Amino acid sequence: MTEPTETLEIALTVNGEPVRRRVLVRQHLVDFLRLELGLTAAHLGCEHGICGACSVRLDGKVVRGCLTLAVQADGGTVETVEGLTQSGEIADLQDAFVRRNALQCGFCTPGMLMTAAELLAARAPADRAAIREFMSGNYCRCTGYQAIVEAIAETLAKRKGA
Amino acid sequence: MKAPHFRYARPATVEEALALLAHHGEDAAVLAGGQSLLAALNMRLAAPALLIDINRLAPLAGIEERTDHIRIGALTRHAEVAASPLVARHAPLIARAMPHVAHVAVRNRGTFGGSLALADPAAELPACAVALGARLVLQSARGRRTVPAEAFFKDLYTTDRAADELLIEIEIPKRPGWRVGFGELSRRQGDFAVVGLAAAAEIAGGAVRELRLVYFGAEPYARLAGHAAAAARGRPLNGATTDAVVSALDRDLKPMGNLQGRPDTKLHWARALTRRVLAELAEAA
Amino acid sequence: MAEVKSDGPIGRPLPRRNAKRLVAGRGRYVDDIVLPRLVHVAFVRSPVAHGRIVAIDTTEAAAMPGVVRAVTGADLVDVCRSFQGNAANAPMLKSPPQRALAVERVLWQGEAVAAVVAQSRAEAEDAAERVAVDIEALPAVTDPVAALEDGADLVHPQLGSNLAHALSIENGAVDDVFARADHVVTHEFGFGRQTGVPLEPRGILADYDPSTGALTVHQSHQVPHQMQDVFARLLGLAEHNVQVICPDVGGAFGIKLHAYPDEIATAAIAKLLGRPVKYIADRLESFVADVHARDHRAVARVAVNRDGRLLALAVDDILVIGAYSAYPRTSIGEGGQVVALAGAPYRIESYRGRLRVAYQNKTPTSAYRAVGHPIAAAITEQMVDLAAAEIGMDPLELRRRNFIPDDAYPTKAPGGMKLDRLSLQACQERMARLMDYDGLRAEQKRLRERGIYRGIGVATFVEITAPGAGLYGPMGVNVSAQDGCTLKLEPSGVLRCLISVTDQGQGTATGIAQIVADAMGLEAEQVDVVMGDSRATPYGGGAWASRGIPIGGETAHAAALALRANVLHIAGALLQAAPDTLGLKGGQVCDASGAPRLSLAEIARIGTFRQDTLPPGIQPELAVTRHYIPRGEPYFMANGVQACHLEVDIETGFIKLLKHWVVEDCGRIINPLLVDEQIRGGVVQGLGAALFEHCQYDDQGQMVTATLLDYLVPMAAEMPEIVVEHVSTPSRGTALGAKGAGEAGAGGAAPAVWCAINDALRPLGARLSHQPFTPERVLDALRAARGRG
Repeated sequence: MTEPTETLEIALTVNGEPVRRRVLVRQHLVDFLRLELGLTAAHLGCEHGICGACSVRLDGKVVRGCLTLAVQADGGTVETVEGLTQSGEIADLQDAFVRRNALQCGFCTPGMLMTAAELLAARAPADRAAIREFMSGNYCRCTGYQAIVEAIAETLAKRKGA
Repeated sequence: MKAPHFRYARPATVEEALALLAHHGEDAAVLAGGQSLLAALNMRLAAPALLIDINRLAPLAGIEERTDHIRIGALTRHAEVAASPLVARHAPLIARAMPHVAHVAVRNRGTFGGSLALADPAAELPACAVALGARLVLQSARGRRTVPAEAFFKDLYTTDRAADELLIEIEIPKRPGWRVGFGELSRRQGDFAVVGLAAAAEIAGGAVRELRLVYFGAEPYARLAGHAAAAARGRPLNGATTDAVVSALDRDLKPMGNLQGRPDTKLHWARALTRRVLAELAEAA
Repeated sequence: MAEVKSDGPIGRPLPRRNAKRLVAGRGRYVDDIVLPRLVHVAFVRSPVAHGRIVAIDTTEAAAMPGVVRAVTGADLVDVCRSFQGNAANAPMLKSPPQRALAVERVLWQGEAVAAVVAQSRAEAEDAAERVAVDIEALPAVTDPVAALEDGADLVHPQLGSNLAHALSIENGAVDDVFARADHVVTHEFGFGRQTGVPLEPRGILADYDPSTGALTVHQSHQVPHQMQDVFARLLGLAEHNVQVICPDVGGAFGIKLHAYPDEIATAAIAKLLGRPVKYIADRLESFVADVHARDHRAVARVAVNRDGRLLALAVDDILVIGAYSAYPRTSIGEGGQVVALAGAPYRIESYRGRLRVAYQNKTPTSAYRAVGHPIAAAITEQMVDLAAAEIGMDPLELRRRNFIPDDAYPTKAPGGMKLDRLSLQACQERMARLMDYDGLRAEQKRLRERGIYRGIGVATFVEITAPGAGLYGPMGVNVSAQDGCTLKLEPSGVLRCLISVTDQGQGTATGIAQIVADAMGLEAEQVDVVMGDSRATPYGGGAWASRGIPIGGETAHAAALALRANVLHIAGALLQAAPDTLGLKGGQVCDASGAPRLSLAEIARIGTFRQDTLPPGIQPELAVTRHYIPRGEPYFMANGVQACHLEVDIETGFIKLLKHWVVEDCGRIINPLLVDEQIRGGVVQGLGAALFEHCQYDDQGQMVTATLLDYLVPMAAEMPEIVVEHVSTPSRGTALGAKGAGEAGAGGAAPAVWCAINDALRPLGARLSHQPFTPERVLDALRAARGRG
């Protein structure tokens, strides 16, 4: 595709469903998800890649949705918290978050869950310091992080034991 | 903070990409990981007319071992570099630096070549490339050339890459027996360095044969601290040598002050890091 | 004396019903709401800190793709009244009228001067770039000390001074005492300006229907009724035609308490256009347009005798505000709290507090979580530590000798505030054991001998929570300090509770459900709590000053008791028993022996559908409304102590937080899970203030830390484990005995760091006096100490 263009028709899979849309090339992935598909779990906290509220999964990896153009997801697979909830992939983590009040306002939570899901998927041991380091790119203003770290640690331990 | 209008092209081959660069060069920005470019666009700090998305150029990605060097394709994601056994074995300095590079989500998209091409003065990888004597391979419609890292970084956010050139791959020479050291001071995990130091040393017969010190976070671009390194040549890596290196540092470093610190504070931090990294080099056997 | 004893839901660490929705990604924040024909606003903001608007040309912008309208201040003058953040009981404060979009002058970098309305935010921003704004720059007032000197450039020339407000408190013969004391210690304090940085930026969706004159607003805000009042008055609308809905709010912390010009402008534009208009602040705008806070320069002196008696405290504080006093709550409250609360935990006979408030050409300031408490406590606790060091006494011992004893209430603070039933001694004793103070001191000594410098800081604080009508009433500000609750028994025997306090993540909704369920013999899950809609709930105060449970809880409890009485009245008639012999437990009406006789669901069904089966004269009232305002006390005073353990790398100046502890007395705790997590969140905000956060300006009034790259908020890797324990001194005169808890973490954390860092550096003769304690400041202090020899 070498002819420069301002719009592009993209085809991708979002939470397991095929999606086809014509988009403005300048639209980032989160705006596409929110405005075109009504998937509002991904949030915008800064739009310059620092806060992590926009974290979604692209081709199996957690990315900053605000630093990804929608057109870059063309042909790819996007997963959001809505999809992970439906599939039950992180039901244990979500349950731990609720039980430990690892969320208050909930605005950072989808991003936290998407990032933590990658740590869980890696199935590597992680102590609290390693969890904190892994989550260090996700800003939370409400919780002070401790309950989040505990919820992730608990889930890691349970999955390991399982 | 929505990006301004731009046009977008997604070449399928390196040749197509080079043709686009030849045609649009100055008005175009190369979109690789996009972790810096798209932030700048969202903040309307940049307004290129055209984005050339090179993410489909498979030949630009991948890490390979070759006879006397390892090759890191420019499009290789930081996450892949960080997890690579080849990098861990043959370029451990880079492996040491990777956990300091931003955060997981950024490392999943950001690319090795992208970091070098941007040449942010506070970034880790340009300094590592210079410390390791890396060679950068550039290509344009006019041909292909290789530039030593030392000559690639020229000024603040300024490299030797011409507007119509694409960074293709980076060659890191294998240097068995060399020791590496790395230190970084940053306010928070993953932040840009306040001051950092990437170092590589060849020690032979108990004495320093060559010492390569590259500071980042305080200098306009990654370059060897020649006077400081020279102070160690031929000497054992001990306290007295460290003192000599530290004393010579102000002949190399003219730190830029910023929100994190004045120039004199940055120099102080550079000295402190030098002591720590040289001690690390001395202990590595 | 708290009357409610409970083996029901009160006191249980129940998870929040809202949390299940939010982890599933089903939060509904303002930006998630879409209405037909919605358009978006982008603002054009002043690039300079002070200037005269020469001309604004929107011609090019108005013609750009997607643009519906370009609006300047002149367009809104007849649509929207001006507003002033003044107070009837502070006549000295004369903040001039402010407009939703600036006219004539701009007074801070970031002040909105024009707005573009377009089909998408991106198109609005494209056009905003094309609005030609011609501003003649004027000198910017950016140095707070210089601003108060004679001949300084003025923010408001018509006022003749940059002194916005001043007050003085004096008790006892302060100068005499200082002259005669064994020791006097002086210290300077600088507190860097901060802002709240809620992760969800401010946002508003305003919809005006010209056919009915009705304005419907969805707003990320803490107080729907305040904004209903503001929009009605400023836009000339009848109050009953204005509805404000606060959906899920992604963090607020006081930042979303205020009436912002850009949000008011959005509502005005909606009125102008007669369609829904949405404005979401982006992060760059948030830094220059959200209220700032905590910008102080202070000097304090303490007099202490060689036997460890604190004799006098003097605090001279400059509160640095912005260009206008914020609307409607003013910008001066933070300063008043500092001079009122300094020294509060201690018996100090002589006290002087002097406050001056300085205008600057900077972003307006106002309430942010804990308001002036962190400043008051940092100053107080640092001075107490310095007094202890001066006489060679352990800092906890000095405090023990000077605390107001736990049995000495009611009494007054040195600044005159009424204090009742605090637990200062008990909290410190508990803290000393909890943190193993003696063990940490011994370890600190050993490590110092090896050149490792750790600091231990223990800071006590006294906290005003949940003020009553005495705060905003005399100010003439339309903020309700009371709340109302309508409680309905649904036909199937569950409850619906409509209440005027609000919840931005604190968990107030769950606490209210627990309180109501407790009185009605139900489980908390059987209560639906409705909040955040000015049309649906009784009138009330929303969320501020940690009032959700102390005031909202009493309100809900009163309503529950009234509903309970109504239910038992019906039950009595059905069971032929005196209502006062009956109780509610486990969803059942029980008789005096405790045996279940009739289900609540059955009473509800009969009361709703089968009144034909009721004895004559019984009129079922299965919905009640009650209101509550604290009448006996002006506020609920709480107290706590926090401790910080840190290590300083004296070669680089970098500080590592090792651990943090809190012992908090917030009276009766309705839900310990929610309270403890609120405290932890507040602690981290305070740690951010102590080490990282700073809204920095250059001398032209340009904010140089206006992105999340430059303004450093605390992230997970640098934050310590936070241990939380409680002492409980229930508040008197309420049924529940609960005090506010939401701001405690933020109130005491930075003071603990002040004490810890100066404790760490004391053997080296270095002192830090300016927060945030950056590595460079640490190095400078160490160098200065070496220079002093």
